[in-house]
Amino acid sequence: MITTTNLKKAYRSRGRDIVALDGVDLHVREGEVFGVVGRSGAGKSTLIRCVNLLERPTSGTVTVAGQDLTALHRRGLRAARGRIGMVFQHFNLLSARTVQQNVELPLEILGLRGAQRSRRAGELLELVGLADRAGAYPAQLSGGQKQRVGIARALAGKPRVLLSDEATSALDPQTTRSILHLLRDLNRQLGLTILLITHEMDVIKTVCDSAALMRDGRIVESGTVAELLATPGSELAGALFPIGQVPSGAGRTVIDLTFHGDSTAQPVISHLARSYNVDVSILGAAIETIGGLQVGRMRIALPGAFEDNVVPIGYLREQGLRVDVAEPERARSSVTASAGDPAPAGTPGGPR
Amino acid sequence: MTWDEMRPLLEQACSETLTMVGLSSLVTAVVGLPLGVVLSLTDRGGLLPCVVVNKTLGALVNLTRSLPFIILLIALIPFTRWAVGTSIGVDAAVVPLSVGAVPFFARLVETSVREVDHGLVEAVQSMGGGVWAVVRKVLLPESLPSLVSGLTTTVIALIGYSAMAGAVAAGGLGDLAVRYGYQRFENGLMIATVLLLVVLVTGVQVVGDLLARALDHRGGRAGHGPFRIRPRMPRHPSR
Ligand SMILES: Nc1ncnc2c1ncn2[C@@H]1O[C@H](COP(=O)(O)OP(=O)(O)OP(=O)(O)O)[C@@H](O)[C@H]1O
Ligand SMILES: [Mg+2]
Repeated sequence: MITTTNLKKAYRSRGRDIVALDGVDLHVREGEVFGVVGRSGAGKSTLIRCVNLLERPTSGTVTVAGQDLTALHRRGLRAARGRIGMVFQHFNLLSARTVQQNVELPLEILGLRGAQRSRRAGELLELVGLADRAGAYPAQLSGGQKQRVGIARALAGKPRVLLSDEATSALDPQTTRSILHLLRDLNRQLGLTILLITHEMDVIKTVCDSAALMRDGRIVESGTVAELLATPGSELAGALFPIGQVPSGAGRTVIDLTFHGDSTAQPVISHLARSYNVDVSILGAAIETIGGLQVGRMRIALPGAFEDNVVPIGYLREQGLRVDVAEPERARSSVTASAGDPAPAGTPGGPR
Repeated sequence: MTWDEMRPLLEQACSETLTMVGLSSLVTAVVGLPLGVVLSLTDRGGLLPCVVVNKTLGALVNLTRSLPFIILLIALIPFTRWAVGTSIGVDAAVVPLSVGAVPFFARLVETSVREVDHGLVEAVQSMGGGVWAVVRKVLLPESLPSLVSGLTTTVIALIGYSAMAGAVAAGGLGDLAVRYGYQRFENGLMIATVLLLVVLVTGVQVVGDLLARALDHRGGRAGHGPFRIRPRMPRHPSR
């Protein structure tokens, strides 16, 4: 639904080029909720603003619903933008207009008649649960209500794509949750494709089907939540499901197992213990729902060094589990000491 | 001088001042508003950046603003004659008054428009709105309270300028005060004139403030009568 190819954006400021996007290839499938995370300054806002060309990329192309936006001229681009909704961190509602009039604004721009506009705005306010505040001014609403208006407004032109730049960052956790559920419902009910930017892993956990991690203007990881969780060493997966690192000691090998879907039900551990005759100690376990997916993680220890456990570890991998082996203490500390960048949680150390 | 003698003089001067100020305010609003919007749009970082237009208009505005009004009044006589067919009287005064006030108001408009949150502009652009939609749906409505305040200031400045209109025989309260009060030592008339001017200026200011407030829906619980107590000119902190 949204594809960017080799998207680059450089800002010139005081004769120096700041590269905000450095070749971004993004692919958002139709009907999914796609989250982009990354540190401040990673280029997330620049990326989402390039998707509807509020910011013109220096090079590369942006395709939305099969249409290459970068090839369009003013008029065509304006029409295309009408089919892409956008919600903002600071809501950006017009203070001089009531809630109803704010929602009607995009319809005015699309050239709808008065009666049609007010009917459509009424429907949308119903949809976001604000029908009773139609006559209020934005200044009279809470943050969560303002964002609901922002969402209703973004949906007014019946877009198939919704862009959201930190839509919940100005809201408290509870309001954030209700807005996220609203987005999720809209995604399901209307088949809306949503690209959202966030810096909170919780947002990804709650609503996203897929996610990407940005760093220094590049996408360093991306995929569906299931794929990411199944990728050994995935930073996103580690952040989605954080566990502290416990080094494998001299006499034992510590293993983190991540499982989702069917593999949860299989009696893997008891089978492992029986077939390979090893004493499995369970150090900890947790189950969470991430992006509608049941995901469990278990930390176990097997007696003996990694070399002694190659066969049981191979068995666990065959069962479709993501297996991260904690590296032995000595090796780990030397790696951490030499490289300034500490290994992200969940990164497997030793050979696999 | 008795009150009966003063009365017709004051009435006529009042009507002259009101006509001059009213007409020139109208012209100023009609010309100054678009000029201010064009100045802000063509500025660097505006929606239609154009250095040539911006610098040319900016230079004209600055030039006019730097001339003392009395000089402008006299220097413009040939232009006035061409524009309204006469160089004396109320109609003739309206021309220099407008020429003097348009740049003043245009700068105030430019500032008001520039203070509109850029996020709102982007919101309209993201809906597919072009420059015209941005101006009509965002820049003007969102800056309206501030534009009204700017116009109030301009009208009051025009009342001040109009005192010099005697130089082109347009009359008015200021002229009355100079001719009778100052030159003929008619203190009673002088005081009456000054009082009338004070009432006029205060009235304009009060009406302007009330209007600006009534139009402002930004802070607090707006729309609950004109006497809401709020700090003057509140603005959301820039984000
Ligand atoms: N208009 C601009 N002019 C110059 N540099 C800019 C501009 N906008 C963004 N940048 C730079 O581009 C880089 C990426 O900025 P961007 O706003 O996309 O980051 P972000 O990932 O959204 O960060 P945050 O999480 O803080 O919102 C930053 O280094 C920023 O300084
Ligand atoms: Mg940002």
